[in-house]
Amino acid sequence: MRIFDPHIHMTSRTTDDYQAMYDAGVRALVEPSFWLGQPRTSPASFFDYFDALLGWEPFRASQYGIAHHCTLALNPKEANDPRCTPVLDALPRYLVKDSVVAVGEIGYDSMTPAEDTALATQLQLAADHGLPALVHTPHRDKLAGLRRTIDVVRESSLAPERVLLDHLNETTVRDALDSGCWAGFSIYPDTKMDEDRMVTVLRNHGTDRILVNSAADWGRSDPLKTRKVADTMLKAGFDEDDVDQVLWRNPVAFYGQSGRLQLDPTAPGPLHEGNSILRGGE
Amino acid sequence: MLTSREKLDDRLPGAARAWLDEALAEAAHAAGRPDADTGNPPWELRFVSAGRHCGPEHADAVRVLLLVEARPALPAVTRLYEQGTAAERRAVLLALHRIEFGPAALGLVEDALRTNDTRLVAAAVGPYAAAHLDAHGWRHAVLKCLFTEVPVEAVDRLADRARGDAELARMLEDFAAERTAAGRTVPADLRTVLALTAAPAPAPTEES
Ligand SMILES: [Zn+2]
Repeated sequence: MRIFDPHIHMTSRTTDDYQAMYDAGVRALVEPSFWLGQPRTSPASFFDYFDALLGWEPFRASQYGIAHHCTLALNPKEANDPRCTPVLDALPRYLVKDSVVAVGEIGYDSMTPAEDTALATQLQLAADHGLPALVHTPHRDKLAGLRRTIDVVRESSLAPERVLLDHLNETTVRDALDSGCWAGFSIYPDTKMDEDRMVTVLRNHGTDRILVNSAADWGRSDPLKTRKVADTMLKAGFDEDDVDQVLWRNPVAFYGQSGRLQLDPTAPGPLHEGNSILRGGE
Repeated sequence: MLTSREKLDDRLPGAARAWLDEALAEAAHAAGRPDADTGNPPWELRFVSAGRHCGPEHADAVRVLLLVEARPALPAVTRLYEQGTAAERRAVLLALHRIEFGPAALGLVEDALRTNDTRLVAAAVGPYAAAHLDAHGWRHAVLKCLFTEVPVEAVDRLADRARGDAELARMLEDFAAERTAAGRTVPADLRTVLALTAAPAPAPTEES
């Protein structure tokens, strides 16, 4: 079984997680830039973070046979802090990098005017750079937030099939799919969305344009949730091809719109077989 | 080690070859005007996007060709490194000895040697480091390769610089003793370098 986790924050995870993910079948992932838990106070902190998503983290992933890509953006929460908004001006030089496969996570957190500006600006940046966009839907006031998000997408120059609406649930899936966007579901160990409910969503709405992710980060989360959904699908009567569509072909099709996916993690040349994450000079 | 222009032309599909032709023309154009470094000249976007146009397996070779053609001045090459992905930084490191910088670009090598990314460490110990790293920095670079399991074949002019280096020999023996005390094996590469240090020092001609 091959698995593509289309949304996971590996910066916050250990090498044991990489190993367990590989053992579970994960061969590719996308790490969206997001909030780190601790608010940042200057653009330079973002740049170091972006550089890690373009340097150290793909290196770590490659040591475990996993292809690493990222999405870059100013996230909605920090879009409200004027100390951070200059990140928007620097994004163009990052969005041209080879392993950037979308602009994201963008979207709404508290639905403020600053978030309106950041969302519209970054949808335009995605259109300008030939990239799709990963759009997070708010955890609070989710349905209203989703509808407002869809309105902003409609007004943007980005086609809906180049937009992935994420963190959906039973109450938002219909509107999301009707909009023409792709629909992402984050499976958590708590009540936001679990694997059994996910399988019910798939039964009710089919397997087209639906992606499943672990959204694992520094919070309570589980990087193996993608595999658990796959197993639950098989138990519920879906076949291997359905599983492959949801957990591999759909994310490949969505992020493939960037033209930048490199799914062979064995790319580095003869000098680069040197292995694990060793602490040189320790 | 890096694929030559001729071999690249053989291996790249037509569209990528055409892309490379245009990219090299843009780089050559930039070389004509040293440090009119306002905004980013178009070849730099080619440098950044080489992996997706020519394939990741050719990205190093293509990026190095572009750098050699454009001959950016030190501020520009430093910016390309600092604003680069790991793959772009590796290409800068691989090209350093082919652009005339003297020792001025040594800071980039030192930066790469502070990382634990073996792709960067391996690229940092090439001919530029062999020519310009001082004895202390060079010994630590060799040790870093052993620690991070970068094959020591990556170290340019290893035999030349190791020969008769008693201090390097001491560091290697200490490292071997530490590994043995921990019940761990001593890397074969360590023995290789240690043997090289035992050769007599040459008549003094090199070493800056
Ligand atoms: Zn997230």
